[in-house]
Amino acid sequence: MRYLPKSPADREEMLREIGAPNIDELFSHIPAEYRFKRDLNVPRQMAESEIIDYFKQRSEEMAAGFGIMLGAGSYYHYRPVIIDSLISRGEFFTAYTPYQAEISQGTLQAVFEFQSMICELTGMEVANASLYDGSTGVAEGVMMAVRLTGRSETVIARSVHPEYREVLTTYAQHQSMPIREVAFGENGRVDAKALDAAITDKTACVVIQSPNFFGTIEDVATIAEIAHKKGALLIVSIAEALSLGIVKPPTEADIVTMEAQSFGVPLGFGGPYVGVIATREKFVRQIPGRLVGQTVDKQGKRGFVLTLSTREQHIRREKATSNICTNQGLVALMATIYMTIYGREGMKELAKQNLAKAAYASGEFAKKAKVLFGGAPRFNEFVVQTSEDSKAINERLLDQKIIGGLPLKKFYPELGNAALWCCTELVSREQIDRAAKAVQK
Amino acid sequence: MSANDQMNSKIKKVTKHISQNEGLIFERSSAGKAAYKLAPLDVPEVDAAKLLGASLRDGLGNMPEVSEFEIIRHFTRLSTWNYAIDLGMYPLGSCTMKYNARVNEVVVRMDGLASAHPYLPESVAQGALRVMKDLSDALIEITGMDAITLQPAAGAHGEMTGMMLVRAYFDAKGEKRNKVLIPDSAHGTNPATAAMCGYQVENLKSNSKGMVDIESLAAQMNEDVAALMLTNPNTLGVFEEEIHKIADLMHQKGGLLYMDGANMNALVGKARPGDFGVDVMHLNLHKTFSTPHGGGGPGSGPVAIKKHLELFLPTPVIARKKDGNLGFDYARPKSIGRVKAFYGNFGMHVRALAYILANGPDGLRQTTEDAVLNANYIRKKLEDVYDLPFKSPSMHEVVLSHRLQAVNGVKTGDIAKRLIDYGFHPYTTAFPMIVADHGAIMIEPTESEPKEELDLFIDAMRNIAEEAETNPEIILNAPHNARVQRMDEVTANRKPVLRWKPEAGKAAAD
Repeated sequence: MRYLPKSPADREEMLREIGAPNIDELFSHIPAEYRFKRDLNVPRQMAESEIIDYFKQRSEEMAAGFGIMLGAGSYYHYRPVIIDSLISRGEFFTAYTPYQAEISQGTLQAVFEFQSMICELTGMEVANASLYDGSTGVAEGVMMAVRLTGRSETVIARSVHPEYREVLTTYAQHQSMPIREVAFGENGRVDAKALDAAITDKTACVVIQSPNFFGTIEDVATIAEIAHKKGALLIVSIAEALSLGIVKPPTEADIVTMEAQSFGVPLGFGGPYVGVIATREKFVRQIPGRLVGQTVDKQGKRGFVLTLSTREQHIRREKATSNICTNQGLVALMATIYMTIYGREGMKELAKQNLAKAAYASGEFAKKAKVLFGGAPRFNEFVVQTSEDSKAINERLLDQKIIGGLPLKKFYPELGNAALWCCTELVSREQIDRAAKAVQK
Repeated sequence: MSANDQMNSKIKKVTKHISQNEGLIFERSSAGKAAYKLAPLDVPEVDAAKLLGASLRDGLGNMPEVSEFEIIRHFTRLSTWNYAIDLGMYPLGSCTMKYNARVNEVVVRMDGLASAHPYLPESVAQGALRVMKDLSDALIEITGMDAITLQPAAGAHGEMTGMMLVRAYFDAKGEKRNKVLIPDSAHGTNPATAAMCGYQVENLKSNSKGMVDIESLAAQMNEDVAALMLTNPNTLGVFEEEIHKIADLMHQKGGLLYMDGANMNALVGKARPGDFGVDVMHLNLHKTFSTPHGGGGPGSGPVAIKKHLELFLPTPVIARKKDGNLGFDYARPKSIGRVKAFYGNFGMHVRALAYILANGPDGLRQTTEDAVLNANYIRKKLEDVYDLPFKSPSMHEVVLSHRLQAVNGVKTGDIAKRLIDYGFHPYTTAFPMIVADHGAIMIEPTESEPKEELDLFIDAMRNIAEEAETNPEIILNAPHNARVQRMDEVTANRKPVLRWKPEAGKAAAD
């Protein structure tokens, strides 16, 4: 086996040193009835060229090169090449979690930069080193709010990503954390009156997403006021991180959870992505996951360490803030490099391009069909209601190498034949025109 | 010889070399530099203020402005400050730091897979579905279980999923069981997970061999106990020889056996959890199946189960549809629900499958044998100078203790730091907690180490044992040769600085 660095003679010699007559001797303490005696029924050992062939075939069974007008929590943005050049350095991708600060300063400093940029973008005071993704981020945020307030209930907007809500339901089911959903109004935003009515003195937090699942930007300030008035915390989930290039950050929130896939992470059939949690400084001791802090070494030289670890499972065991351990280190590094590349000006320009593409596209679709939720601002997604089933439209578009919008019937049957479309900077005007044309009046 | 020379005279694996200094990226920033160039917009420009109104953002604060080449230099310099498996042995017990094959990185970047949106129509997602199906089939065969979910994002996430399956199983039977048994040798995620699933944790003590104490288990097992969370081989690297009795004791009282698969690298091709009575287990693809650890993730933590838990698997599950195509089945009313958006860390699924294909049945078995051979070789070569608290046969890792060195004031954490000077990453010191005085020296070499690297490691450990007798100071102040010395963690904890700010940054750079 080509990955194994031993000759038969090495193995013989090592067995001799150990004093074992053969390798089976080292497994002899496994009760005989449980020793596996046949070959595993998995494909035979393949040459590298065969492995490449296998995956090339799988890749060809996909939609490589298609125009992608799907968003819904997974965004097709350009990935500058230096991201992969840098993360492919073995010192990054083959390193362990940086518990040993003296030989992990590279990872630690990069995480510190990640935390700093996330704070800068979200308007929060502290951010952690990453969570699994945006969906589990919401669940972790809610558990954090429950710990902070000593209250148990959650009020969540129905315009939060349906799969994020499903994940929250799964996490909450055995922790005595009831969840109530609040409807959206005509303009796609959270129904403020219904929200106000849903919050009680047991409500730990209100969860909204902005831009929400329909691409609509919420009125965060007003919702914060409603939540805070009753002593509940506000959690704002962000699924499209690039929106922060041009949309006002949710500074009124107490906790921001975010999916940062838009920052240079491949679509990759849904993962690995990278979740983020950011909050106010006063809540830092309840934040889940790893945190990197700046300090000095014995000689006063600046350096970085994993810190405040008494929150974590390896110290606190069943009393930890979360069971999270390994999370998304390398993906957070991708995001760090991406945020550095676009930086202060580029992220704004890029976000503005997304805004323009979606504005143009929704205008084109509006000529043929009904674009819902007109009364509020949106970023790069919009909902189109058609007379025809949206799956039929998508079928026709496949022939033109375009992936159409996400049919919403599964998640929101009340919207009828509606689909959620997304236009990033990578969707061309020509593709938009062709997609709009495929929608029949 | 100078004191410095003397300190380094026995170090064979490494030599000091130039290490570049580099500030924070924010300290390189100045207005007007850029690392990007956007393609011209092919649709009409928009007035963002008009479109967004009060939601328009007013600038991006202190986000950096730098050129492309500065970014390359910045992160390249940072990378050189890291230790990595590509540089040498990573003897971290329970972490399985093995070679991350390059072909895995190539195949995961193939365009059809890398640019696959998770909501692609199934007709143009057959390739990705096939990868997930083929990996599922292979992992089911390797574990001897009946079904699997690839959705969990890491080991702890898999544990949570697995324990939720346990809970759903009893809820469906109308049984209220509120306790979970966890051996005192377990990893910290086990009790944290059980708590998240609403269970009370009951500690199960180990016997003098470091294994589950059968009598204690029999005494503690009753109708209130839902499951035993067992790591096998356990964190001492010891196979539970009475595993059949353990499984029987659990099953007789209606309980389930959960196996933490963190140590599966000791079993692949040699023994299958499904054969020795395990009902539910998780795997760590970033350990046993070689997906890169990435400086702290991403991981992947599939959960494999026996038939009686299948109805409860997270949605969706992969299914063969009537037309012969693969697809996702969402109609699963008894499911515990989703544990993550989409389908799991698919990129890790691709890599793990590539690893399995590269090995085949013979390679997988040889891998396990080499991993166990390496650990036993280290044990043999160190057991005369380090205390071996549990004499049971070792599998893929060996746990020593600092008992002999502690008499000179040298603890496991100090020995670990001195290993850095010798050119190695430290072993695991944090657990298992059952090693007396918490002085564990937990070593897992994996199959990836050639004999030469093992001999260098053994030599380093033996030299350090000698230094503990003759010059403990040198160990207590280690590392001496790293870029930075031991960090002031107390101040980091008391006055946390968790982000860069312009003023603080300037002060630190001066």
